[in-house]
Amino acid sequence: MGLSDMPQLWPGQPGLSLLIWIALIVIVLYFARKPAHSSIRAVSRLLRNALHLSSHSVLMAEERLKHRNREVLFSMGQEASERQITREFERMETVIHRDLAGFPTIYRKLDEQITRMEEDYSRTSEVPPTPDAWVRAVDAVSNIPSNGDTMVADVLNNIHESMNKAQKHAVEEYREMFHERHHLLKKLLPSWRRVNAALCEVKKSVDSLDERSKEVDSQLEKFEHICKGKSAGERMLSSSAYTQFFISTFVLLIAVGGGIVNFNLIAYPMQEMVGGSSYLAGFKTSNVAAMVIILLELAIGLFFMESARFTRLFPVIGALDDKVRERMKWITLTILVILASAESALAYMRDLMAAENQALSQSLSGVPMVMGGESFSSIPTAVQMVIGFILPFVLALAALPLESFVHSSRIVLGVLGAVILRLVAFVLRLLGNIAHHVGSAIVHGYDLIIFMPLWVEEKLINRTAETKATPVSDKPQPQPPAPAKPEPSK
Amino acid sequence: MIRKIQILGLSLAALLFTACGDSGPQTRGVYMLLDTSGTYTEEMDKASNIINFLLLKLNPGDSLAVARIDSGSFSEKDIIAKVTFDTRPSVTNQQKRGFREKMDDFISGLKSSPYTDITGGLIQAVEFLTETGVGNKTILVFSDMEEDLKKGHVRDFTLDMKGCEVIALNVTKLRSDQVDPREYMKRLEHWRARIEEGGGTFRVINDLDRLQSIFGE
Repeated sequence: MGLSDMPQLWPGQPGLSLLIWIALIVIVLYFARKPAHSSIRAVSRLLRNALHLSSHSVLMAEERLKHRNREVLFSMGQEASERQITREFERMETVIHRDLAGFPTIYRKLDEQITRMEEDYSRTSEVPPTPDAWVRAVDAVSNIPSNGDTMVADVLNNIHESMNKAQKHAVEEYREMFHERHHLLKKLLPSWRRVNAALCEVKKSVDSLDERSKEVDSQLEKFEHICKGKSAGERMLSSSAYTQFFISTFVLLIAVGGGIVNFNLIAYPMQEMVGGSSYLAGFKTSNVAAMVIILLELAIGLFFMESARFTRLFPVIGALDDKVRERMKWITLTILVILASAESALAYMRDLMAAENQALSQSLSGVPMVMGGESFSSIPTAVQMVIGFILPFVLALAALPLESFVHSSRIVLGVLGAVILRLVAFVLRLLGNIAHHVGSAIVHGYDLIIFMPLWVEEKLINRTAETKATPVSDKPQPQPPAPAKPEPSK
Repeated sequence: MIRKIQILGLSLAALLFTACGDSGPQTRGVYMLLDTSGTYTEEMDKASNIINFLLLKLNPGDSLAVARIDSGSFSEKDIIAKVTFDTRPSVTNQQKRGFREKMDDFISGLKSSPYTDITGGLIQAVEFLTETGVGNKTILVFSDMEEDLKKGHVRDFTLDMKGCEVIALNVTKLRSDQVDPREYMKRLEHWRARIEEGGGTFRVINDLDRLQSIFGE
């Protein structure tokens, strides 16, 4: 509505009419000042309170989300920790079964060895018999002087020679016995070695168990932190979730790249099977079929990984009987191999079709057929076939990062949601405050529009106050006594 | 919850079925008319190249026909070769080879005709393309666009060219066009008016190095 559109109060005098209009509006605004101020303040207060309330609600929602995130984080951490502890115990069990199951045998062997060694040792300690008492008596007799009697001398000489012979014999016996003892001691050496080896074996097993037990201790400590809901545990789990999220995203992107290569490898030859001119939902049927095959491979790969217990995405499969699960593992692996072989065949077919198209193009364009590079022609075909065979298995392996991604994205998205909620709460609170201050600004602006009547009103009030304050007579009024100044406190 | 899942499933199924109706990019039908009158038979090498180009560009499911323009072109007998390509690429390639052989045979034994019935050829082309049920209908006219009818033939009526794109290829300039180029312009304008009157579109491609523009590339 322009100035000219306003009804003119004074015909032919638009300026004057405008002034009258302004005066009228100002007067109306002046008289409506109090209810207008109240309304503006009420609206701004209402807005501020509503927005603050909303902000509070959003903050509460954020708290709930954070609490829920924490619960999920701890639950997942607990589960992962449980899984690791179980795995460690399984490993310990394997070690015990493998190494310590033969411990009774080792013990028996050690016992036998030690008994044998003891026997041998005791045999080495056998002292040769001391010379009989008569030998000493005979020796004493043989040493009696003959006093010149030849007969006695002969007898004594004979006795002496016999004694010497007996002594020589005894010495030889001693030597033999010592030789035997040395031999026995020598025989002890391999036994010691065997004992040492057996003990080393036991030590190795015990050390391995010791390492495992340390690992279990660490896992249990972690588990304890998680169970108690300690902040250290939360920090550890959060950082682990972020790391897992980024790593799994990266690996999944690589898998997607592999999927695209796979798609390009089989989409064209699929035209031979489903036709090259039909469309499904706006997409070439051959492309849709190729995509379905790739997704099928992914699904079969997931089932295989699940039944082989590499992943735990489907609790139903995990809860299956071991025999059924094992059967499922082999069935899915067989299907995967069949699909991989089919892809390999399609890759080969793609190569043939490309060669056929090339030949047709050359014949139609009148270019003579180039027969070079025959020796290399089989290499791309072979590479395509190998890639076609391997890619389904690579896609199946994508189940591992997918599981990490699914689990960690729950945490990351939860944290992101909490951040967004906090931001929303902040914005709502800010808007509430802005609404409040805008209300105050509008009130001041309102007063600015009607500043003239307000000024007049103020003047009138001041004059009235002055009139009331002015005494009726001109006599000076007695001044009230000045209040005593308080003593300055030190 | 189960009810919600059921509703979602039904909606998805409905979406899929409705989407299945969408056939994506439409199949293409190309009908090429070859002028075999007078000295235009000398231009057959160029026509052969154009046919090769068409064979290279057409996909499984597309249709192609080549017919000659002679004294009375409104006849199936004038169709030299026609094919609707199979959906399998390997069969399509075989069909293309067969088509090429037929065209080679025709060009090698070509005899010129005394008259040029372009209108009859156009009517026959529309009829063929309508019968094939293709989505995009293209009629290529390899001629100087100078119609020369046999006495008694009636062709001065409105053509039904709805949905057809007519492309005049290699429109050579006649001796009279050299004397007065307006003759050439007038001739082309006459055909444009006739085809557009019938609901079709008309354009000229004289530079055979830009044949890609036939398919809007």
